[in-house]
Parts: sequence; structure tokens; C-alpha cells
Amino acid sequence: MSRTDHAEAGDAVDGIVLDQVERLLAQHLTPALLAACDGAAGAAAWPADLWAALAESGLPLALVPEAEGGIGLTATTAAQLIRRCGRAALPLPLPETVAGAALWAAAGGQAGDDALSLVPGGSPVRIAPHADGFVLDGRAAQVPWGGSVPALLLDAVDAAGVPHLVRVTAPGTLRDTHHDLAGEPRDTLDLTGRTVPADDVRTAPGWAAEAGVPSVDSVGAWVRAQQMVGALETCLGSALDHAQERQQFGRPLAKFQAIQHMLAEAAGHVAAATAAADLAAACWSDPRFVLATAVAKARCGEAAGHVAAIGHQIHGAMGFTQEHPLHRATRRLWSWRDEFGSDALWQERIGRAVCAGGGAALWPMLVRLRGGAG
Amino acid sequence: MHSFRFSAEPLPPEAEAARASVRAFLDAERAAGHFVPHRTSWTTFDAAFSRRAGAAGLIGLTLPEAYGGHGRSGLVRFVVTEEMLAAGAPCGAHWIADRQSGPQILRHGTEAAKRAILPRICRGDCAFGIGMSEPNSGSDLAAVRTRAVRDGDDWVINGSKIWTTNAHQVDYLLALVRTGEPGPDRHGGLTQFIVDMAAPGVTVRPILDLSGHHEFNEVFFTDYRVPDAMRVGAEGAGWGLVTEELAFERSGPDRFLSDYRLLVELVDRIGPEPDRFQAVETGRMVAQLTALLGMSASVARLLDQGVVPGVEAALVKDVGNGFERAVPEIARRLVPVEPSLTVQGDAFREALGGVTLRAPSFTLRGGTREVLRGVIARGLGLR
Ligand SMILES: Cc1cc2nc3c(=O)[nH]c(=O)nc-3n(C[C@H](O)[C@H](O)[C@H](O)COP(=O)(O)OP(=O)(O)OC[C@H]3O[C@@H](n4cnc5c(N)ncnc54)[C@H](O)[C@@H]3O)c2cc1C
Repeated sequence: MSRTDHAEAGDAVDGIVLDQVERLLAQHLTPALLAACDGAAGAAAWPADLWAALAESGLPLALVPEAEGGIGLTATTAAQLIRRCGRAALPLPLPETVAGAALWAAAGGQAGDDALSLVPGGSPVRIAPHADGFVLDGRAAQVPWGGSVPALLLDAVDAAGVPHLVRVTAPGTLRDTHHDLAGEPRDTLDLTGRTVPADDVRTAPGWAAEAGVPSVDSVGAWVRAQQMVGALETCLGSALDHAQERQQFGRPLAKFQAIQHMLAEAAGHVAAATAAADLAAACWSDPRFVLATAVAKARCGEAAGHVAAIGHQIHGAMGFTQEHPLHRATRRLWSWRDEFGSDALWQERIGRAVCAGGGAALWPMLVRLRGGAG
Repeated sequence: MHSFRFSAEPLPPEAEAARASVRAFLDAERAAGHFVPHRTSWTTFDAAFSRRAGAAGLIGLTLPEAYGGHGRSGLVRFVVTEEMLAAGAPCGAHWIADRQSGPQILRHGTEAAKRAILPRICRGDCAFGIGMSEPNSGSDLAAVRTRAVRDGDDWVINGSKIWTTNAHQVDYLLALVRTGEPGPDRHGGLTQFIVDMAAPGVTVRPILDLSGHHEFNEVFFTDYRVPDAMRVGAEGAGWGLVTEELAFERSGPDRFLSDYRLLVELVDRIGPEPDRFQAVETGRMVAQLTALLGMSASVARLLDQGVVPGVEAALVKDVGNGFERAVPEIARRLVPVEPSLTVQGDAFREALGGVTLRAPSFTLRGGTREVLRGVIARGLGLR
């Protein structure tokens, strides 16, 4: 096959996978199911049938190369897949699994199609050699669906301070569960005394980690940025629809200039957030990954607050209810922007890197980030 | 689901390859003391700089070789443009001709006009101004009243234009004037002419801006004669032409890099060890700028493919202007200094002073933010 043939075949597969996701989400994500999974109302259900359907389609390994048993989507398409999950408010860690499995495969691990969650790096776990491989000390806090998933990925350090990427299967004792603002479970697990086989302790690939930024955190931030794009699209789309349908003073809201300007401003945030997330998607497994992810998380996080506020303003009181679906997008935006490092944290990292380089280095850095030679 | 036509494809290799040559030119210019980055902006008129840029092959990149151009893609021009902006180069004497008047004449001008004017533009030896606004026609461009009346092979123009950037230094204006009745949609009866500023019947009155700078002007036409060969586009087709031109004017990186040199001075002034407030705010600006650079490159790619991305271009200008309006406001919060135009030897204070006084124009020129938001709203299907 020539290169073009190959690229076209790849495009066709990408299209099929995205259509498949769209169909599965549309079929399963009924209002009743979404309500049952919303932990704000009590315990959050784990929709096992939906996970089984997603796993059946091979989606957990979407970003794992074909040679390693995955679908081998490009990161750009995998990002589109994750955005669709964000748009539809999928109450499952498929996005975490897609990116985590690919990270694990990149570290030389063997990825399976079980749900996999990512452990944010807030409280570092320590690791020491042990007869059965390694023993852990510490806890994993704020883990998305940590109490339900069969495996976690986390960053740990050994006694010498060397970072490792660790997979913990059957993670065990739940210490505490709370829900984020969207009602998704964020669990804390006690890992002290747990042993993991040597095969589950690896060195994270260099592109995913940089000084001070552990790999799971950067991959988690990448996932949240892509999900936020999806939720931003839902929020803007809903506001546009509502503005055209809702009549006041004898005409649709969309005809009022104040409304038009609010929507134009929201569209600007969505466009800028998307551009930043696109760039991060293009930088998967590239030396620019951490910086591009920092930009994406920062820009999407900033857009989240503005677009959610405008979305609610345009929906009036109706949008302030549980009955209207707008909250599925906005409550997630308010949660996701603070997970795996808030926008301010990532902005701080960018700012420190820029200031350390000095003014003259900024422009070449910006050019490189967009894919140029700098 | 509404989706915009942005993408994250990198620029093609031939465009990236142009970067090295424009940088070499700019390094030499700076080293020779031809410009001081934080004191000039892309609107600074410097005819000698433009002639050197023309000689270096950096102007008229997209125009055909038959007219003295270089027959390169719009993306090569895009790279040259953003490098000029990032360097703070004084491009005012060729910017408008290179960005919009030249391409407009190529598409819609007569053969005589193309032959007479395009090669000079490419040499960096022919400056253009935009004659659209009038005292009673700013945002409402359809209200233009300056009138041209046919007289044999000529047209006779009477009326006035205002806010005309560099009218006192340019060779030509591309002027939008009334030649007929507006019609029901108000967009009819307008025609564009290339007016020669050296011909009799035109007077220019300077208007000083906030920094005391003489950049824009009022222009008066009194029985001013322009040959029909200098008409651009069909009689009455002016509205379509100016809206097409504005898509080019609105989407470029000049819409968010006006104060880029202030950002550079700010980073240097903060130094390698920012406090948290400085690091967060600097990082926030850089994240915004990175997104804008991606959006703007996407629009350049679409334009290069012959698509006129009206909404996307308007989004770049609106988001971009928001960014460039914010930079001086953030800079002054991060480094407590008193801005001044006359302090010498403190690049940051000078840059902050200059940008503060220029910033109000960012959300006006090229279409106000409010008008742009109307364009975006239309693109979103709201009007
Ligand atoms: C530095 C600079 C350089 C310029 N150079 C040129 C040039 O070279 N050639 C040229 O032709 N023009 C030039 N202009 C003019 C520029 O295009 C106009 O200033 C601009 O189009 C706005 O018109 P106006 O100033 O008449 O403001 P107005 O149209 O009177 O607007 C005043 C305010 O009202 C708002 N407004 C107006 N209409 C509406 C509406 N329908 N809905 C909501 N808000 C509205 C505007 O957004 C603005 O905030 C320049 C302007 C500046 C500042």
C-alpha cells in the first residue's frame, strides 16, 4: 500500500470508530441512566452493561498501537473520541482508560481492556523493593471511579527519589468516597502495604513526564482538556438552540444584540480552547507533549468558567434546574477544570518555563509548539 | 453541533523554511540599529525599511512573478508576517499594500493598474491607505457619502474620508465611494477606486492620536479626477470587494501581536524567578497566545485553499483583540512601574507606556469588537 492509501484506510477506520462511539453513547445514555450514575443524588451507579459494550468494541485500547493489540487510532482521532464522551457526559472512565492504556503501552507494559483509572499526583506514593516485586506506601486520592475500576496507574517515587510509573490491579481498600460537582465518584484508596509485581513498575516514557510534572498528571490533564472541549461544545450548542427557540418580548432571544454578543464571546472561548486542545492532541508522544498539554489544560480551564456562565445566563431559570440537561455539561466543566492540576497550576508551570527562558526564547518556543522548527 | 473549521496541522515545510531567511533579515536590521523593537510597531511608517524588505524579497510574496511578485503561497507570507510582528519591525509603509490592496488590485484591477502598481508594491516602494471610513460612516460602512461622478474617461470625486492611516505618506488610497443608489439592502451603488495622492484635488489634515502621534488623517476630495482605468471591480460592486478584503484584514496575526514586544519586555523584566502571581499570569497569557497562533494559522490555511472563512476570521480578531487589550493591563499588575514615553533606557516602561496609549485602537480598527460579534453571531445562525 502506498502512503496515501494507508492514510486513507486509517481515516476510514477512524471514522468508523467515532461513529461507533457516537451510536453506543446515544443508545445507552438515557436520562434515567445518567440520573442513576449521578452521585449528587446518592450513590453513583456503575453502568456495567455500557462498559461491556464499549469494551466489546475494543475502545479501551483505541490509542494502543495495532501491533500491541489495540485499534491504533491516531492521537488526534482518540482526542475526538474523548471529546464525544465529554459531549455526552459519559459517566465512565473510558477517556482515562484510552489514554492510560496507551501510556502504559508506551512504557512497555501490556495493556488490557479493563477499565483503568489515573491517580492525580497530589499526594505522592512511595515504592520500595520487596520479595514479590515492590511494596507501596501512601494513598491514592481523588481517583476517578477508583472504587470501581480493576486497575489504576500512578506515579510513585523510590527511596532515591526516582519516579516510576506503577500499575496497581485490584486496588482494594476504599478509605473515602466523595463525588465531584457532577456527581462522578472520586475515591481515595489506601495503598500502604500493597505489593505489585516487578512487571507492573516501569519507567514512564520521557515525553509524558518533565521535571516536576509526573506522567500520569500530564496524561490526566490531557484527557480532561479533551473532555472539556466536548462539554464546551454541548454547552454552547445548547445555548444556541435555546436562544433560537425561546421567545421573549415577541421574538426569539437570538434576535437581541446582548444575547448575540454573549454567544459570540462564548464561541470565541470555545474556538480558542479547541485550538489549544487540538495542538495538545497533535503532540501526543512528542517531546512537546507536556508543554502543549499545559497550554490546553490552562486554556480549556479558563474557557470552562466563561462558557458555563454564559450558558446559564442564556438558559435563564430553566437552566438552573436538574430537569434541563445543561447541568450535565456545566457541572462537569466546573469539576474537570480543577482536576489533574487546575488551570492556575498549569499556567504557573508555563509561566515559570517562559520566565526561565527569557523574552527572546518565547517566540521560538511558540513556533515550535505549533509544529514549526522554532 | 456547530463546528469551526480550525485544525492543528503544522504549516507546510516551504513556509517553515522561509522563517530562517526572514529572521536573518530582521537580525541584520536590528543589528544595524534600523529599528528598536519596543519603540516601533507594525503600523510604524518607515519607507526605507520597506524598501529593504522589498529588496530582500519579503513583500508581494503571493503576487505573480509577472508583476514583480514571488508566486509563493499565502502560508509563506503568513510566516514572514508573524516573524515581522514578533520582531516589532516597522512595517507601516508596506503593510496595507502587501496585505490587502495589492491582492485586491490583482483580483479586480485593470491590466493598466496592475502593471503600474504591483511591481512597485513588491519592491516595497509603494504605500497604500484604506479609504473606507467617513465622519458619518464608521461601523455603518454602507452610509458612505463621498461621491464619484462619471465624466468621459474619468470620474470626479467629491467628499471626505477620515481616520485614514498614513494618508499623509502613502502613494495611493483604495477608496470606497458612492457611484449610485444604495438599493433596498443598502449595499448597492458603491465602487472602489485607486486614488493617486499626488494628483491635484486632494488635501490631507492630520489628526493626532492619544500618544501625540500623527498616524491618521482626514482626507478631502475637491473635484478630484481619477481615470476609469483606476476603478477596481465593476461599478457598484464595492460592497462585495470590501467585505472580501476585510476577511484578509481581520484574521491575521496582526490582530493579536500588536503588543507582543511588551510581553517580551515583561518576561525579561520579571526575570528567571517569577513569584507565583507573575508565573500564573504570564502562563495564562502565553496559553491564550498559543491558542490564537493555532487559530490564525488555520485561517491562513483556509484562505490559501480559497475558502473565505468569515466567522473564523472574525473569531480570531475578537479573541485576539481581547488578548491584546489585556496584555498591558496584566503587565502593569505584575511589575509596578510608572509607564512613560519619554523615559529612556527602561524598555519595559517605554513599551508599557506606548501600548497603553495605543490599546484603545485595537478593538476599533478593522471593525469594532461589537461589529465583529455581530458577524460571529450571523455565522452562528443567530441573525
Ligand atoms: C488606529 C485606527 C486606524 C484606522 N485606520 C483606518 C483606515 O486606514 N481607513 C479607514 O477607512 N478607517 C480607519 N479606521 C477607522 C475604523 O475602521 C473605525 O473607527 C471603525 O470602523 C469604527 O467606526 P467609528 O470610529 O465611526 O465608530 P462608530 O461606528 O461610531 O462606533 C462607536 C461605538 O459604537 C459601537 N457601535 C456602532 N454601531 C453599532 C451597532 N450596530 N451595534 C453595536 N455597537 C455599535 C461601536 O462598536 C463602537 O464601540 C481606523 C481606526 C483606528 C482607531
